[in-house]
Amino acid sequence: MIAANLPALQVVLPLLGAVVCAMVRRGPLAWGVALVVSLAMPLIAVGLLIQVLDGSTISYALGGWRPPIGIEYRIDIVNAFILLLVSIIGAVIMPYAKASVEAEIAPDRQPWFYALFLLCLSGLLGMAITGDAFNIFVFMEISSLATYALIAMGQDRRALLAAYQYLIMGTIGATFYVIGVGLIYTVTGTLNLADMASKVGEIENSRAIIAALAFLTVGISLKLALFPLHVWLPNAYAYAPSMVTCFLAATATKVAVYLLLRYVFSIFGKVFVFADLPLPEIFLVLSLAAMFGASIVAVFQEDIKRMLAYSSVAQIGYITLGIAIANKLGLTGGIVHLFNHALMKGALFMALGAVFYRVGSVKIDDLAGLGQRMPITMGALVLAGLSIIGVPGTVGFISKWYLGLGALEHGWWWLVFLLVLSSLISVVYIGRIVEAVYFRPVSSAAKRATEPPLSMLLPTLLLVASTVYFGIDTAASAGIAGRAAELLLAGLR
Amino acid sequence: MDVIKTVVEHYNHWIIIFLLVSGLYIVVARGNMVKKLVGLGLFQTSVYLLYITPGKILGGTPPIIAEQYSVYSNPLPHVLILTAIVVGVATLATGLALVVRINEAFGTIEEDEIFAGEEDE
Amino acid sequence: MRLDVIFRVAAKIFIPFILVFALYVQFHGDFGPGGGFQAGVMAGAMVIFYAIIFGLEAAQRIVPPRLVELMVPAGVAIFAGVGVVSLLFGGNYLDYSPILHDPVHAQHIGILLVEIGVLVTVSGTMVAIFYTFIGRGR
Repeated sequence: MIAANLPALQVVLPLLGAVVCAMVRRGPLAWGVALVVSLAMPLIAVGLLIQVLDGSTISYALGGWRPPIGIEYRIDIVNAFILLLVSIIGAVIMPYAKASVEAEIAPDRQPWFYALFLLCLSGLLGMAITGDAFNIFVFMEISSLATYALIAMGQDRRALLAAYQYLIMGTIGATFYVIGVGLIYTVTGTLNLADMASKVGEIENSRAIIAALAFLTVGISLKLALFPLHVWLPNAYAYAPSMVTCFLAATATKVAVYLLLRYVFSIFGKVFVFADLPLPEIFLVLSLAAMFGASIVAVFQEDIKRMLAYSSVAQIGYITLGIAIANKLGLTGGIVHLFNHALMKGALFMALGAVFYRVGSVKIDDLAGLGQRMPITMGALVLAGLSIIGVPGTVGFISKWYLGLGALEHGWWWLVFLLVLSSLISVVYIGRIVEAVYFRPVSSAAKRATEPPLSMLLPTLLLVASTVYFGIDTAASAGIAGRAAELLLAGLR
Repeated sequence: MDVIKTVVEHYNHWIIIFLLVSGLYIVVARGNMVKKLVGLGLFQTSVYLLYITPGKILGGTPPIIAEQYSVYSNPLPHVLILTAIVVGVATLATGLALVVRINEAFGTIEEDEIFAGEEDE
Repeated sequence: MRLDVIFRVAAKIFIPFILVFALYVQFHGDFGPGGGFQAGVMAGAMVIFYAIIFGLEAAQRIVPPRLVELMVPAGVAIFAGVGVVSLLFGGNYLDYSPILHDPVHAQHIGILLVEIGVLVTVSGTMVAIFYTFIGRGR
């Protein structure tokens, strides 16, 4: 009974966990509930991934109503990969969260914090798992509303402004998504993604479908922070609590990228995208603008969390570059960078959260000389930073390798050159951090810092070790990403 | 003549577009945070109309099975929009709660005053 | 003073009818417009109306904040719980048909229960929002 209902349990367990956390009065007890639930999530995700590794699809009819009339949860290798990513990040971050949340959030708010976190987790998993267009909107708003409230719990009063700005932009994005779905529903009469794919493929020349594609793309791009719709991201990441920044940086934008992949390749792929509209060219230009613009802005930041937030915008540019290249190698690079970036940024923000726990600030001047006081944490930070640059042997290199190979297949030498150039810019801002941490005398803020507690150190080291491991043994990550890319591109033919 | 006929037939779409654009304009052009939320609500209302107005079949009855009627209006958009309305209410409540907290923390809800205060820091 | 008396007397007459109408909308959700959300908002509006006329302390004696804080997750628990019960009876999640002997009756009961869950959460949320907004700055 459990095995047959795994898709439903993947979404329902965090929801029930959130309910229990909201009814519990004490922070540590709520943390315990959240820990149990988030450790169960990767087990379910692995169970689902094993079933779809051979290319088959799981279809789970919610409420017993068969699709396309009813809502179905449809899992193939693309979204099983995303489910695994989100649940692993959720599981790794929960042990880390105990010390971090106790330091940053007031005790009477901690149960609500964990309830909101589990709601966000449930919403993200639901977005990835469902096969119904409007159900995606519902889960998108569940996770987004929980995110706004989580960001607003930051200690700085500017966290409230950041949450408000993200609320306005996020709601506009979600409403654009709903407009797109409404236009498709009016033309095809169905909300089921698989049914939509076959019906849209048959329609010849419809202005409503092109308008729907435009609205959907803009709405989803707002959620994934594609340049120039990324304005909410630096503030939201900089002022949110450390654990929230780490979780969001590793998961929220990735699920939005999955949505974009699903719509662009599986549903609209056949006729419109790569024949009439210059969508690949638009994505190419915007990705390059993100990669260069955001990296350059990152160089001049004083607050390291803000610097890494701009770096995230640049890395999302790499992922959408994979979509723009749109052949098997390029798309593999984009999808594997989803996974790799989650690991890299998760590790970086975890290390920064440990710094904030001990030092109380993340300004670059306050981190001076920390290499002597917190050697292990700073070593983890630098290693993850090397991964952002793309040093061979780390995951960052793997994604850029595949992207470069994909560009070469088109004969775009200039794109490979631009890839290398943007990596050089990231050397500058990672270099600023390294220089401050190792080559300057210890600042007054960092004088009494020591290594963070083991509950924070071990998850950080686990993520950093995985950035090195998956950079050397890529069979799992790049292999699955390659099969996912194949599946998506098959919808184009 | 044909152009006028097309325009008049699609009057619901013209209303939807007007509400959509005016809602977005308010969000962008007004600096007062509560006014932005009002604009957001207006923008979301246009989307509700986008779903419901095509659902009405001319000559269709409410979707309750009876012998003498065979053409029913589509009930699915109503269910979808009920969900969307609830989401809109939740968003509005969250936004207003944030505005109350911002007012307490900064003393004002005008965006230009807040950013002017931040610039001096 | 005169106007105050009018409000208080009128409120005492109206409030039971608001509750009855809310329950009517709740239980007739499958036959006409209505359902959990609409009924929940009306039930919440009833408590807010009482608080506006008679004061926040009087309302909080009848509907304590702790009860409201519990209602919000409790309704979600009812809804999700019905789905879990469906799982235990062998169907898919939220498949009401296996719960009773007859699928039609089971669907009826299932929808009724989840709508009650929605009523509890929505009314709790409306009252909680009101208490939170009004309680600040006192």
